[in-house]
Amino acid sequence: MRSIAITVNGVRRELDVEPRQLLVYALREQLGLTGTNVGCDTTTCGACTVHLDGESVKSCTVLAVQADGREVTTIEGLQSNGDLHEMQRAFHENHALQCGYCTPGMIMAATSLLKEHPDPSDEEIRYGLEGNLCRCTGYHNIVKAVQAVAGA
Amino acid sequence: MIPARFDYEVAESVEHAIELLDGNDDAKLLAGGHSLLPLMKLRLARPAALVDIGRLSALAGVSNGSGPLLRIGALTRHHELANDPLVQEHCPILAYTAGLVGDRQVRHRGTIGGSLAHGDPAGDLATIALTLDAQIVARGPNGERTIDAAEFFKGFYETALAPNELITEVRIPKTEAAHWSYIKFRRRALDWATVGVAAVVESANGGIEAARIGLTNMGPTPLRATAVEQALAGASTDSVEAAAAKADEGTSPPADSFASADFRRHLSRVLTARAVEEALSR
Ligand SMILES: Cc1cc2nc3c(=O)[nH]c(=O)nc-3n(C[C@H](O)[C@H](O)[C@H](O)COP(=O)(O)OP(=O)(O)OC[C@H]3O[C@@H](n4cnc5c(N)ncnc54)[C@H](O)[C@@H]3O)c2cc1C
Ligand code: FES
Ligand code: FES
Repeated sequence: MRSIAITVNGVRRELDVEPRQLLVYALREQLGLTGTNVGCDTTTCGACTVHLDGESVKSCTVLAVQADGREVTTIEGLQSNGDLHEMQRAFHENHALQCGYCTPGMIMAATSLLKEHPDPSDEEIRYGLEGNLCRCTGYHNIVKAVQAVAGA
Repeated sequence: MIPARFDYEVAESVEHAIELLDGNDDAKLLAGGHSLLPLMKLRLARPAALVDIGRLSALAGVSNGSGPLLRIGALTRHHELANDPLVQEHCPILAYTAGLVGDRQVRHRGTIGGSLAHGDPAGDLATIALTLDAQIVARGPNGERTIDAAEFFKGFYETALAPNELITEVRIPKTEAAHWSYIKFRRRALDWATVGVAAVVESANGGIEAARIGLTNMGPTPLRATAVEQALAGASTDSVEAAAAKADEGTSPPADSFASADFRRHLSRVLTARAVEEALSR
């Protein structure tokens, strides 16, 4: 066991983990933050996407010990004072989700994308979100939602 | 899926990392973890210990070496390579290709050192390193040595690195004068290359002076298409297609669920012609 400290959604959290503990399970099972989903568990689907020091990563492929001393933001950390983040609102308003399973990861990937690339074309949004799979929407409304935030 | 148990050490310096590796044949370095952790989760790799070099910030970043070389720290991530102004200016094929690796999340984690050390024949950056005649700087208990890319890739997941050696830097000759292209053929978003072709072409007087062609996933290591390079040296631009027909000479492409060996051979020829044409038009 190793003692680590991760700043999760702005709050310093101390936890004991086995080195092999994956960040996504530390978040879900040790910290109770179940908004981050596990889809494929093989670095493919993007459902587990969170921000590590502000950048999108697939938390099924990061060890919790690799996040020691760093900042993690999950879907739970996007809202402020009970108000949805603009990307959450845009997904809602543009019907960019159906079952919602991909949505937390999709939104974390999309916010990271816009941070690095504030004014993307539709093509660049599709390419920028290629690491996130959605089995329901067909992606069009996801692109629309991201575009709505980018254009705002 | 959870990896098998392992001991975990954080390296405080390059020397410390080498110390931790030396004498522990079952220890592996951990950089971005985006090749190693997936293998460990599938239990295809079970190292007894991981030496985490991910915090050695001195090994990250790009600097303009004196003379013709760009110096790239082993821990420079794909995302940084793709967006680095020095790489974009002096080595545009590398910046472009780094931007094609995996997906955005993968590029936020994976490093150039890890990519080369992993020795995956489907890796894109290994092909670029080989095509650009990069030098790989490795440090071990007996000091530092520089390995030419042509000598570095030894076989399927096998490189010239000793188990107690660490890549510290990759030196890449600047190529701003040359025409270039990298074509990565893949069937789905975020797949690895079924086949990839890198072309770096120097033209003069409307003809081709010299060309370097690298192939991804056409054998157990990245390869140079030497027959094409010879056919293009001093050739006219009309001869591209005939030269590209030699792209699969001396290759031994794998067969898998994405493509048969024959289809890969076909792809290598077609994509080589396209890559050279695209390079010339750039
Ligand atoms: C979903 C997915 C898609 C991908 N798609 C592509 C793709 O299209 N093209 C592509 O090229 N790659 C792809 N990759 C691989 C990605 O580029 C990896 O990040 C890279 O191959 C390894 O870099 P790393 O820093 O993550 O290495 P790690 O996984 O940390 O290490 C890989 C190996 O290299 C060793 N190592 C690491 N650093 C050093 C060093 N400095 N010195 C010596 N040994 C070292 C480790 O011990 C280990 O054996 C993909 C990965 C994933 C998960
Ligand atoms: S669960 Fe991590 S990428 Fe699918
Ligand atoms: S909304 Fe169901 S997977 Fe995307």
